[in-house]
Amino acid sequence: MTEGQVIVGLEVHCQLDTKSKLFCGCSTDYRSDAPNTHVCPVCLGLPGAMPVLNKRSIEYAMRVAKALNCSVLAESEFSRKNYFYPDLDKAYQITQYDKPLAEGGYLEIESDEGGEKRIRITRIHVEEDPGRLVHMGTTEQGKYSLVDYNRAGIPLIEIVSEPDMRSPKEARKFLNKLRATLEYLSVFDSEKEGSLRVDANISIKGSERVEVKNISSYKGVEKALLFEITRQKSLLRRGQKVDRETRHYLEARGVTQSSRSKEQEHDYRYFPEPDLRPLHVQSWVDGIVLPELPDARRERFIAQYGCSLNHARTLTGELRLANFFETIVAADPRGLSTLADTWIADTLIGELNYRNMSIDTVDAAGFTELLTLLKTGIITDKSGIEVLRVMLDQRLSNQSCETPPAIVDRLNLRKGSFAASAQSGAECHPVVDPIRTSITEVLMEHPVAVEDFRKGKKGAFNFLIGQLMKKTRGCADPGELNRLLTEELTKKEV
Amino acid sequence: MATEQEVIHIAGLADVGINTEELATFTHQFNAILEYFDILDRVSGDTAVTRDRYNVMREDVVEPSLPQEDVLRNAAAQEDGFIKAPRVM
Amino acid sequence: MGVHEITFEPDDRYNAFLTTCRKAPHGQGKLTGVAVAVKDNISTRGIETTCASKILKGYVPPYDAYVVELLRQSGAAIVGKTNMDEFGMGTTTENSAFGPTLNPCDTGRVPGGSSGGSAAAIAAGMVRMALGTDTGGSIRCPAAFCGIVGLKPTYGRVSRYGLIAYANSLEQIGPMGRTVTDVSTLMGVIAGHDRRDSTSHNKPYTHTLKAGIKGLKIGIPQEYFGAGVDPKVAAVVNKAIGRLEELGATTVPCNIPSMEYALAAYYVTCTCEASSNLARFDGVRYGPAADLKKSWHEAFRDVRRAGFGTEVRRRIMLGTYALSSGYYGKYYAKAQIARENVKKDFARIFSEVDVIAGPTMPTIAFKLGEKSDPLSMYLTDILTVPANLAGIPAISVPCGKAEGMPIGLQIMGRPHEDELIIDVAYTYEQAVT
Repeated sequence: MTEGQVIVGLEVHCQLDTKSKLFCGCSTDYRSDAPNTHVCPVCLGLPGAMPVLNKRSIEYAMRVAKALNCSVLAESEFSRKNYFYPDLDKAYQITQYDKPLAEGGYLEIESDEGGEKRIRITRIHVEEDPGRLVHMGTTEQGKYSLVDYNRAGIPLIEIVSEPDMRSPKEARKFLNKLRATLEYLSVFDSEKEGSLRVDANISIKGSERVEVKNISSYKGVEKALLFEITRQKSLLRRGQKVDRETRHYLEARGVTQSSRSKEQEHDYRYFPEPDLRPLHVQSWVDGIVLPELPDARRERFIAQYGCSLNHARTLTGELRLANFFETIVAADPRGLSTLADTWIADTLIGELNYRNMSIDTVDAAGFTELLTLLKTGIITDKSGIEVLRVMLDQRLSNQSCETPPAIVDRLNLRKGSFAASAQSGAECHPVVDPIRTSITEVLMEHPVAVEDFRKGKKGAFNFLIGQLMKKTRGCADPGELNRLLTEELTKKEV
Repeated sequence: MATEQEVIHIAGLADVGINTEELATFTHQFNAILEYFDILDRVSGDTAVTRDRYNVMREDVVEPSLPQEDVLRNAAAQEDGFIKAPRVM
Repeated sequence: MGVHEITFEPDDRYNAFLTTCRKAPHGQGKLTGVAVAVKDNISTRGIETTCASKILKGYVPPYDAYVVELLRQSGAAIVGKTNMDEFGMGTTTENSAFGPTLNPCDTGRVPGGSSGGSAAAIAAGMVRMALGTDTGGSIRCPAAFCGIVGLKPTYGRVSRYGLIAYANSLEQIGPMGRTVTDVSTLMGVIAGHDRRDSTSHNKPYTHTLKAGIKGLKIGIPQEYFGAGVDPKVAAVVNKAIGRLEELGATTVPCNIPSMEYALAAYYVTCTCEASSNLARFDGVRYGPAADLKKSWHEAFRDVRRAGFGTEVRRRIMLGTYALSSGYYGKYYAKAQIARENVKKDFARIFSEVDVIAGPTMPTIAFKLGEKSDPLSMYLTDILTVPANLAGIPAISVPCGKAEGMPIGLQIMGRPHEDELIIDVAYTYEQAVT
């Protein structure tokens, strides 16, 4: 490691996708329900209530341990982590301390230098989520908190990495790979709000380590790390020290803030949970059959569908995306693979991200129709994008969704409606007329530009071409437009 | 042995509070008990505790939750179904 | 369930009850209409449950403890919640926030603790049966001091779901009664597996009492008749053991070396677990209201300082100290090793004898206010805590008097041999009644 090197470790908490909570039978499907309606004596922490471990949460955690090449301990147990906070109703969290479920594994990511890099996993353990606090009141004295215990007792898996990452980008890659792996294992649903939270440990080599807690979005992690690294480097450049401390990431402002004042003593007084029995589950590992994981699926996409490495990486980077791709190409793998891989990886993802939409909202049949239109040359790529945008916008605003052919017809996007076959030298093609009509319209609409062209202003022609392309909506051949516009403009010479 | 300062610190950790009037007596009694606990220093033996039962678990089945009124019934203050708590700094 | 009820209007001059159910409903079953009192640290739906603490004043649980469900199913009428030392912390019921319970045998003396209310209710004839809890002797001590019968079952035989926890790894709910038959009957109702208690064993109690102990080998630990035990008490208990020999048993002297540190191991364990169990009491979800004008840390502290009695605060602090950074190895970890040694000592003794007998308590009931120093109070638990540390069953049955006050004969057995020690107690009781 070089001096000034960035060192990052992550602690990732993911909600396990079980039906009931970790220690009681309350349903985990709480997000759209009123507060405190998914609560029982156990998860409310009523005096006298006792925890009983959800078997599936351990099965799920073991799948993760196996997928991350970890060793499951012969004996693991739960411990109490004691601290006071209004969202922690027992004033202790049942977690795992000195005997976690598994230790010592790794996850491979693409390193900054290209090539594969192993990020080592220190440990994996299972613990319960606390409740949720909402802060109310505006004046200092008038502030209070509202607590909803629906989330209390949701099973979490905590995955701790060694400080093997060297940049925010590597951290993002690790997180994405981890998220994808957990989804492939069917133990985690990343679409659920708040289902993933990250604590990051960052230091610059030679200086103290800073912990940034409770980052709750993927983008947030990279941003938080960038801010923090900048902050630390700036302190060091000015000859100041970096304090060893805990900070909070403030999503809205994109900054980290010291949380020293908020925290009580960090003396958690761990001891084994006396109401739970230890786990001897090492033998369960052999019985776990892992599904195809992201790396294997990536290799298969390259081999089976001829995807490029980059496309394969993108497509297999999210379970739903990979499934979508394979659904699309299923009907015609040979014919659709190349088109599908480019259109999904390069275009669809971008359009979805822009609209904050999930791949789940895309109708596979509709998308296949769109690809078919493109494959058979009925529309140009540019038209394809426009059709896609209309499809997504309709879905986003909950309108009834037109089929791609219907959209093409309505917006007159067929390649054949403009000068497509003019090059073949056919006699005056009726389709040429719409171009001339468009040119006439553009000249009429922009007399100033025409005037500027006459005066010899260079930009005027390009401006008019731009207007023309807009009007013909990219359906006409640009060379053709250029020729015809020039013709029209020179013709009009007085 | 614990000093009065440490006793105050422990009372803070445990959020139980200790009054100045009781501090001296309390510390004295506290230390007498801690001194009695010192006998454990002489204990030797296997750290591995005999565990007779393992893997006590339940199936992942949803069971009815409490009605919201029952959850809120004993709470001193509530608002719109949330339980009110003092502000977090 | 039927719509029957009994009327319960006892003359409770001993302050045995914190809550009385004047009209107690009941169903049909083995205990149809039988009045049973329940210690106030056991959750009863719809009936205030306070653990004799101000911090739970007004708390009405929305659920029943499993043993209470079982009681209701058996047709019993739950007639009230009995007084106790606050959160089970005490040996005299003087630590109740709502006044001590008086011993019906001598109202100037304590009834024992922490299940003093249940014991007094039975001794005074208000009920025949009651539920108590035993963490370090809290059923057996009041049974001995009040002259009734009390059983601490094998750890795990009776569900703890709904028992407001003081020390999870040590405590059990147990039956208390006028006679061994009452205790056996009640045990039959409450024992058995509960899937909501992960430490619960699958061992229902379906025993028919059998008198007769011919050939029984009884271990007599030297430590139970040593320096700390009042000679008058030792004499009475020895006489009782002599009676057992007349009935056909043989006695074998034995040693429990781990008794030297058993009490320390007990108090470290229970205070550590208690410090964690009682941390949830902050006035937010139940109990006296937290002051919303304060910040949470201040508000919690004020609720707890006002709501907990001195002994409770002391034990919470002892436990917090023992678990705090750097001390775990010295205290809690060592205490668990000590427990293993106690278990091993008992296992060794039980390979040669069937049961162990001795006094339940080292003295007769103290006078009210007599024991004011906490450590000297703790030391009186010395004969009862070993059974809790080892998880073995132990019963106290009245065996005579000294200075007019009852004395208890304690019989301990192998894990899950509750039936045997109950039979021994029954045999003795039948012989002397």
